Amino acid sequence: MLKIRNLDAGYGKLRVLKNISLHVNAGEIVTMIGANGAGKTTLLHTIIGLIKPTRGDIDFQGQPCNRRAVRRIVASGCALVPEGRQVFAPMSVEENLLLGGYVLQQQEGRAAVLKELEHQYELFPLLRERRRQLAGTLSGGEQQMLAMGRALMSRPRLVMMDEPSTGLAPLIVRDIFQIICRLRQEGNTVLLIEQNAKAALGIADRGYVLEVGKVIVQGPAADLLANSDVQRAYLGREKID
Amino acid sequence: MYWEPEKECMAREDLEQLQLERLQSTLYRVGTNVPFYKKKFNQLKFNYDDIGSLDDLRRLPFTEKQDLRDNYPYGLFAVPLRDVVRLHSSSGTSGQATVVGYSRNDIKTWSNLVARVITAAGVTNNDVIQIAFGYGLFTGGFGLHYGAETIGASVIPISAGNTKRQIQIMQDFKTTALVSTPSYALVIADTMMEMGINPNGLSLRYGLFGGEPWSEAMRQEIHQKLGIIATDNYGLSEVMGPGVSGECQECNGLHINEDHFYLEILDPITLEPVPEGEIGELVITTLTKEAFPMIRYRTRDLTRFIPEPCPCGRTMKRMQRVMGRSDDMLIIKGVNIFPIQIEKVLFEVEGTEPHYQIIVDRENHADKITVQVEVMESIFFDEMKKQRGMVDHIKNRLSSELGVSVDVKLVEEKSLERSVGKAKRVIDRRKL
Repeated sequence: MLKIRNLDAGYGKLRVLKNISLHVNAGEIVTMIGANGAGKTTLLHTIIGLIKPTRGDIDFQGQPCNRRAVRRIVASGCALVPEGRQVFAPMSVEENLLLGGYVLQQQEGRAAVLKELEHQYELFPLLRERRRQLAGTLSGGEQQMLAMGRALMSRPRLVMMDEPSTGLAPLIVRDIFQIICRLRQEGNTVLLIEQNAKAALGIADRGYVLEVGKVIVQGPAADLLANSDVQRAYLGREKID
Repeated sequence: MYWEPEKECMAREDLEQLQLERLQSTLYRVGTNVPFYKKKFNQLKFNYDDIGSLDDLRRLPFTEKQDLRDNYPYGLFAVPLRDVVRLHSSSGTSGQATVVGYSRNDIKTWSNLVARVITAAGVTNNDVIQIAFGYGLFTGGFGLHYGAETIGASVIPISAGNTKRQIQIMQDFKTTALVSTPSYALVIADTMMEMGINPNGLSLRYGLFGGEPWSEAMRQEIHQKLGIIATDNYGLSEVMGPGVSGECQECNGLHINEDHFYLEILDPITLEPVPEGEIGELVITTLTKEAFPMIRYRTRDLTRFIPEPCPCGRTMKRMQRVMGRSDDMLIIKGVNIFPIQIEKVLFEVEGTEPHYQIIVDRENHADKITVQVEVMESIFFDEMKKQRGMVDHIKNRLSSELGVSVDVKLVEEKSLERSVGKAKRVIDRRKL
């Protein structure tokens, strides 16, 4: 579904991503873990088209999309749940969701959007309860659900999530990850970026570990959980020597 | 039947993506964690970003057996010893011993790859598998053992030797699959014959052979004597052990586990890739090994890729069974000649024994190659004309196979020196 080869990207003269290659197959949850500043968010922003890569290829659904405009990438079925939710605080929950359906409305019309809205309310019953409430008044966990629902409103083929667990209480994090698992059951494909390596590897099929802009190790999630470098650096196993 | 169909039958394009990703992270890890490679990469001023495709691997230096010896015991390990759960060692028959290590994940991968090979050979969880490879420091026994357990077969870890006991257990335990060297399978077959046991009365159906080069003729002989499907599997401790490649039931080349190993076949002299399908030396880069990664390890084993797709449905490329060692290669008048080519021709000629010697001389600044071959007594004492006819026949066959003219001398049965262990086939008298 998504195939990236030898990707370089950064800001001005600063090279953040160095020769990154990765792929996501349809129906998979793939996670990219790494510390602050490793380049995780830059990667997502490059895929969605907010940053133009300086080198390398990004293929989405067999189509090169290095130089495509963001709106066209989103229209082709790629959605981003940004870090820190970024919900539109002065708007209601429902208005936020409808905004997420903008692409769908253009492609398939109003009826499809309303149907999709109903689907999101089934997935997140809490959002239905709060549909009239202003998004800014929601709790952190609720805002995260709203941000996810908003991205899913475009009926994307690939959902990319940027640190959905940041700043949330452990119990809420568990809920969020359960929802991500459910998304896969419904046939969605997820690229999940996380600092919470244990939780992310716990639900993912495969993972990549990013360190200062390079993929240092990748493989099935179970193997990464057992990899001692990953354990030491990201899973909090105590260093013995 | 497949063990991991989604891997073994994956689209070539997806496989190449996976190989590239794994190669890039492997290079980064060895360049960071293994001082030997770190130094080499620094000398080359090698930049990780230069690896944009699998072909770019060719810019990197080779790893030789001697490098393993020079860094004995732990110098090439990429993880600290506390992460190593197993050590194996090569015998050291051809020099100082070498040590290889495995992390927990490496053992898991190894088991899984051998499980693929065993499944491809036809073995399932219903089989009783007798592992007559040596256990211990040699990787063969444990590699097959873990693979067989992984697929759920019933494993008899009998180890090598004590042929009569092997046969007894084979009968009593109703062994259905035998793992051994091909030559040991023939020892078992011959011993059965001596003991008056009919192999048809056994439950044996499959034989998985490896550990030494063998020929198609040997496969036929094993098949005839034991009535089993004999498949070849390949591996070497330096890159993992068994599990690098193995034959499916088509018995026509070994499927390489390409998602874990990147294989190149190079001309042993120029070290450039040979044209697809031609014989050369196998060079292996590991793509997933954690504890003991290898970059471009020169195996010295000669083989070729079989480019045609296999009817079994696996997309993993095949290699032909190992045909010998690149150290044995001769260059005659600028042409690369492998003893195995000569052996093949001799085998096809009726009346010759499988004993021969290749003598290389230089006369008047020109290379001259003479093949001495033992012939059966019945032929040797026959009329001269017939003998000469045979010499000419072999000469012609060899010349057309090798592309250079060859002298042939027939010698009496058992007149060539017999060596213990590996036969010395080539005597090079050229003074260079």
